Amino acid sequence: MESAGMIEKSKGNLLSGIGSQLAALIGLIAICIVLTILSPHFLTLSNFFNISRQAAVITIIAIGETFVILTGGIDLSVGSLVTLTSCAMALVMINTNNIVLGVLVGLAVGIGVGFINGFLVAKADLPPFIVTLGMLGIAQGVALVITFGRSMFGLPGTFKWIGQGSLFGIPAPLILVIILFVIFHILLTYNRLGRYILAVGGNEQATRLSGVNVDLMKISAYVISGFMGAIGGIVLSARINSAHPAAGKGYELDAIAAAVIGGTSLMGGEGTIVGTLIGAFMMAVIRNGLNLLNVNSFWQQIVIGVVIIVAVWMDRMRKR
Amino acid sequence: MDNDVILEMRGIRKAFPGVQALDDVNIVVEKGQVHCLVGENGAGKSTLIKILAGAYQKDEGIIRINGREVDSLTPHSAQELGVSVIYQELELIPYLSVAENIMLGQAPSALPGGFISWNKMYRAAKEILDDLGVDIDPRATVKDLGVALQQMTEIAKALSRNADIIVMDEPTSALTDQEIPQLFEAIRRLKAQNKSVIYISHRLEELYEIGDVATVLRDGTYVGTVPVSELSMDKLITMMVGRELKEKFPKDEVTIGEEVLRVENLNRDGVLQDISFNLRKGEILGISGLVGSGRTELARAIFGADPITSGSIYLEGKKVRINSPIDAIKHGIGFLTEDRKGQGLILIQSVQNNITLAFLRNFSPNTFIQRQGETEAASQLVSSLGIKTPSLRQQVQYLSGGNQQKVVVAKWLCGNSKILIFDEPTRGIDVGAKVEVYQLMNELVRQGAAIIMISSELPEILGMSDRILVMRDGQIAGEFGRAEATQEKLLERAISHKNREES
Repeated sequence: MESAGMIEKSKGNLLSGIGSQLAALIGLIAICIVLTILSPHFLTLSNFFNISRQAAVITIIAIGETFVILTGGIDLSVGSLVTLTSCAMALVMINTNNIVLGVLVGLAVGIGVGFINGFLVAKADLPPFIVTLGMLGIAQGVALVITFGRSMFGLPGTFKWIGQGSLFGIPAPLILVIILFVIFHILLTYNRLGRYILAVGGNEQATRLSGVNVDLMKISAYVISGFMGAIGGIVLSARINSAHPAAGKGYELDAIAAAVIGGTSLMGGEGTIVGTLIGAFMMAVIRNGLNLLNVNSFWQQIVIGVVIIVAVWMDRMRKR
Repeated sequence: MDNDVILEMRGIRKAFPGVQALDDVNIVVEKGQVHCLVGENGAGKSTLIKILAGAYQKDEGIIRINGREVDSLTPHSAQELGVSVIYQELELIPYLSVAENIMLGQAPSALPGGFISWNKMYRAAKEILDDLGVDIDPRATVKDLGVALQQMTEIAKALSRNADIIVMDEPTSALTDQEIPQLFEAIRRLKAQNKSVIYISHRLEELYEIGDVATVLRDGTYVGTVPVSELSMDKLITMMVGRELKEKFPKDEVTIGEEVLRVENLNRDGVLQDISFNLRKGEILGISGLVGSGRTELARAIFGADPITSGSIYLEGKKVRINSPIDAIKHGIGFLTEDRKGQGLILIQSVQNNITLAFLRNFSPNTFIQRQGETEAASQLVSSLGIKTPSLRQQVQYLSGGNQQKVVVAKWLCGNSKILIFDEPTRGIDVGAKVEVYQLMNELVRQGAAIIMISSELPEILGMSDRILVMRDGQIAGEFGRAEATQEKLLERAISHKNREES
């Protein structure tokens, strides 16, 4: 009886081994087909580039968020961090007219905030939810303080290329997303760090007793999230050619949603960067499609909310 | 049927995956009787009690309560029929008062609509507590009470539900010597009220103090029921453990070499006291003792998983500092935890990932994992240990207990660990797989490893160890060579007679 149950289970599992991402991909393709039928403007190269520009920032920070979620944690501060890095960077660029220095300051802020998050979670043993909720407020507050609550314009002219330019006809943000995706996919799948991070989320105790420096892995995950938050901030400022002290508000929730739609388990230990990429693009495609169909933006929020719930529900059903 | 019989369980069978937990077990309890249920760890006591409480369903057998046959029990129907179980982990709500806990779910109401009459409630609770002969303020908050009084509250709660059969699972394990007489007094009062008590305890001397009859279980089978007055301690121990050792323990003769590990005066406040011993190459050192005697804590201390207060550890004669599992693994120590699923394996990950986790560095010289080398190492271990899995990518959670245990063994063999600490290596795996684990141990020591084997199963300890340490209360209470050790000797050292004499 038991062995029969086991065989059945293992069959289900064989499907789900590749299943979470595959299911999300099928969902994404299905949505694309429907939108192609409904709108003649949907399936065009220019619209795809449009979608990728819109999806870029969320995809980037969602990749970082995925690492944190894989450890069994959560990073609620990444939206505020987008805002903060964007403002800090703009401040430096406007005052020095030095793009490289601005970018470096932005990255340093992101990595620093990520490190503080990770340190508090791993070493002070505080719940990730609390630490990053606190940091959400702090980063947002600092952004308001340094900008005096005002938007900042007058960034160096060439800087906006990162957000608006293109190479061989391909939008620069899309190129950046592809590069980052490849790097972090390899890091998670083929590097020791990725294996350890998955192990920590899968069973922290067992991982510790296997001689893995669990604290270091957790800190690394939050640092990655902070770093990606900073890149997200840079791309966002470049795209809108300015910095606003509320620019990244709520982005953390989109990032979490992207990861979850892509099959990442909020319990940790399960998930892929491919899945997160699909999840982020699914949300962008739905927003874009609803725009093309002239559905008002209030309704878009409702649809996205439904998609998140349905995606996770289907994932659960499939694994049962 | 005798009118005095309140509970009758006959021919009870219960199987779990890979284990026959109960095989034709009987227990007959009379009214006003204190019926002791004894047996080694894993003899099936808890399973039997859980069936009675409705937490598990029997596979076969008959249960009669008050002469009436009951086919299937649920936790609710068991309670309705007058069965109440007081587990080791008390099930009180810490922030409510004693009275609220006692009357939980049956608070007297003053007005329609569920408003509680506090006066009535306190009075009712007080009455029950008085009957038990305990002086507790019903208004006191449960979390402020000591364990003994919490236990009394739990007993009172059972009485408030008109329980006729009260099961107490290791009730004295958390009590001090001063508190135990109070519990016994309460049990005597229950007896006087014609209530029946099923009493489970590892402390055999308690049976003589409080018990009327004892039912002995061994390996899930029924050994016998004997009046306590006719039962000598020797006879009881023989009944508990007396089983022939056949080919169940294929112990090989291995030449024992030089010392590989020495522990000197190891202390951990309140847990381990002044522990010294050594371990030699090719040796299997058994550590016996009751659950809670500090065996696992000793293993964790050696492995660096818990901090130590003082003491030294020498490996091959050299003093080493082990502050974390990372240090221990570097020195070639491997630890197979007793809680395989909770601490040994990452259930949602693949066989391969679990096998290589502790020594992943060996396969990733520049931090990138060399998949081919990793897969080769994992598949070699899978075949040499005979791990049955459809593929290396199968998630460990879908393997059987025995195969899961082998994956844990494989994890430590992956990096050539020289000292392996096995904590309850055969818990929850079936007999065939057990023998395979023993053969594996033989193979390991033959290749020059040294093994510390912690086990609650005396036959396993006797069958596989070259030397045996017995632990009690965080100390080493005895050491025996393979030839001189017997189950009786080990059990005698493990069970504290001393405590009672001192008090």
